[in-house]
Amino acid sequence: MSVETPGIAAATEKPLIAAPDHGGMSSALRRNLSSPWATGFVIVLTVLWTIPTLGLLVTSLRPADQANSTGWWTILANPIFTFDNYQEVLTGGETIPGGILPYFINSFVISIPAAIIPLTLALMAAYALAWVPFKFSNAMFLSIFALQVVPLQMALLPLLQLFNLGWFGLPPLRTLVQDIPLLGTWIWPTGGTSFMPLWIAHSMFALPLAIFLLHNFIAQLPRDLFEAARVDGASHFLIFRRIVLPLSVPAIASFAIFQFLWVWNDLLVGLTFAGGTVDVAPITVYLSNIKGTYGSSLHLITAGAFIAIIVPLIVFFSLQRFFVRGLLAGSVKG
Amino acid sequence: MGNASKLALMASVVLVFFGVLLLVFFLAARTKGRVQTPLARLIFLGPAALLLLIGLVIPAVQTTYQSFLGADGKNMVGLANYSWIFGTESNWVFLRNTAIWIVVTPIFSTVVGLVLALLMDRMRRESLPKSLIFMPMAISFVGASIIWGLIYEYRDPAETQVGLLSAFVSAFGFTPDNWLLLQPWNTFFLIIIMVWIQVGFAMVVLSAAIKAIPMDVTEAAMLDGAVGWKLFSKVTVPMIRGTLVVVLTTIAIGVLKVFDIVRTMTNGNFGTQVLSNEMYAQAFVQFDKGRGSALAVVLFVAVIPLIAYNIVQLRKEQSIR
Repeated sequence: MSVETPGIAAATEKPLIAAPDHGGMSSALRRNLSSPWATGFVIVLTVLWTIPTLGLLVTSLRPADQANSTGWWTILANPIFTFDNYQEVLTGGETIPGGILPYFINSFVISIPAAIIPLTLALMAAYALAWVPFKFSNAMFLSIFALQVVPLQMALLPLLQLFNLGWFGLPPLRTLVQDIPLLGTWIWPTGGTSFMPLWIAHSMFALPLAIFLLHNFIAQLPRDLFEAARVDGASHFLIFRRIVLPLSVPAIASFAIFQFLWVWNDLLVGLTFAGGTVDVAPITVYLSNIKGTYGSSLHLITAGAFIAIIVPLIVFFSLQRFFVRGLLAGSVKG
Repeated sequence: MGNASKLALMASVVLVFFGVLLLVFFLAARTKGRVQTPLARLIFLGPAALLLLIGLVIPAVQTTYQSFLGADGKNMVGLANYSWIFGTESNWVFLRNTAIWIVVTPIFSTVVGLVLALLMDRMRRESLPKSLIFMPMAISFVGASIIWGLIYEYRDPAETQVGLLSAFVSAFGFTPDNWLLLQPWNTFFLIIIMVWIQVGFAMVVLSAAIKAIPMDVTEAAMLDGAVGWKLFSKVTVPMIRGTLVVVLTTIAIGVLKVFDIVRTMTNGNFGTQVLSNEMYAQAFVQFDKGRGSALAVVLFVAVIPLIAYNIVQLRKEQSIR
């Protein structure tokens, strides 16, 4: 378990973090400088930084009456734990009818395609821009790069219009999807809400950063590989599947994790395109909405929040290297 | 729709996506000669270009245009929406708060992150504290808001305080306040949440920059007698100045769009409103397309110099190393 600071950017090659390790300070020097005071200060801050999350976890595990009448730190004097809150929050009970489980599932249903689809499309575009050049490929790459400036707030109203009312007098996306034979009304129930707007919106917003990062990575693959493959008569499609895809795995992993977590943690896009319905709303939207209503039921809101953050935390602690890499590279995402 | 049905839908959509893609690849790979390369370009670039056009380019133009229209998006009103933003006294609250957020959050996060990075550089076991301080980066703003809501929880002074801050204050004999209603400090209580999240980012990036300072530079300075504060202010900070600026601007960009924390904690009430939450409220609660669009444009214009500065700095860094 370690945050790999040097080489964090190996996959994404952002100059800021691509700083090569010139050795830093030698270990002897470092020991010379270390002081108990510095170590103590770091420990205090680390504890301070961890206490809020610990408080959430402890509160979520306390019986309802205790969680709402005494501070969570009194658990030391009175250690009683229960999983009842999780049971009630997940499957529903008096306070939270229906439970949080459907929203938890929704978050997965939204996040997985919203990570896979833009990643695939961005990888394809990045390959073409890097290795199938044409007259405008540089200009195109720069334009895509520049699109990172557009905050997604700029796109919310027009996209909502496109999905539900249609642009320029054309039919809205809703009816276009519903008209697809077999799958149509399954994807977008008539008169209901659909995951489709969320998948599409998240994919669109992910593309500029994804193309930029993947292009930087793919452009640095050795030229000989591509030339040899072309000479042997391999098609661009074969090269893409047999060379680009396997060699880009580290960059793909970093971006996939970043994008999955970005979508999982998103509130704004979810709120705008899913509303609050149990059919499609992600867990963040649900939590944000019930905070006001059931905020005083501390045992339940904490259990709900912990269910929402456990997924990113598992990803964080198990895939830390990719996670840090992806997060740092994507920190400027709009 | 049941849970199983939703998951089945997701799996089907992903399978159909890859199925169509493979079919297109298979068919296009069978074409011979001069057609293949242009066709490959179209297939590889087309979908992404189309999505970018529909998802960002056209909407950006439309939003700019709509910002000159009235609430219903029909009548041309000129600059009325913009003069409403900057000329209405009640709007000064969110403009002022946004300014406070942009100034305070990056500076606080960067200073704490820098101190931690410096101290950890001298520690032998830095990975555990680093992981724990970076951890909030993984948590959603909504999750963080609930975590900190617990800390700011307030009960009547006659009752036992269950919020950490209230209990802490009571323990010292003071009467706790309802923190989220306490103007103007409530904005700072919300800012603390963002700082809690961003310090890990600043720390990790600055730590990498510090480790990248060539050893001979540090050693030469130390031979010349630079230690402690002098070493820090005359050697370390100048060597990582570019990274410091990038960290500051990156956090500022994130802060400008902060929406989740304010919406979840106070929904912009009690004098805590910020630009991006006001934009959401105007566009999707008041259904005033004109004002909502104008606020989005203001956000866009405010972000541009920050990102531009960021890119210039990154270029400079690149050319130095």
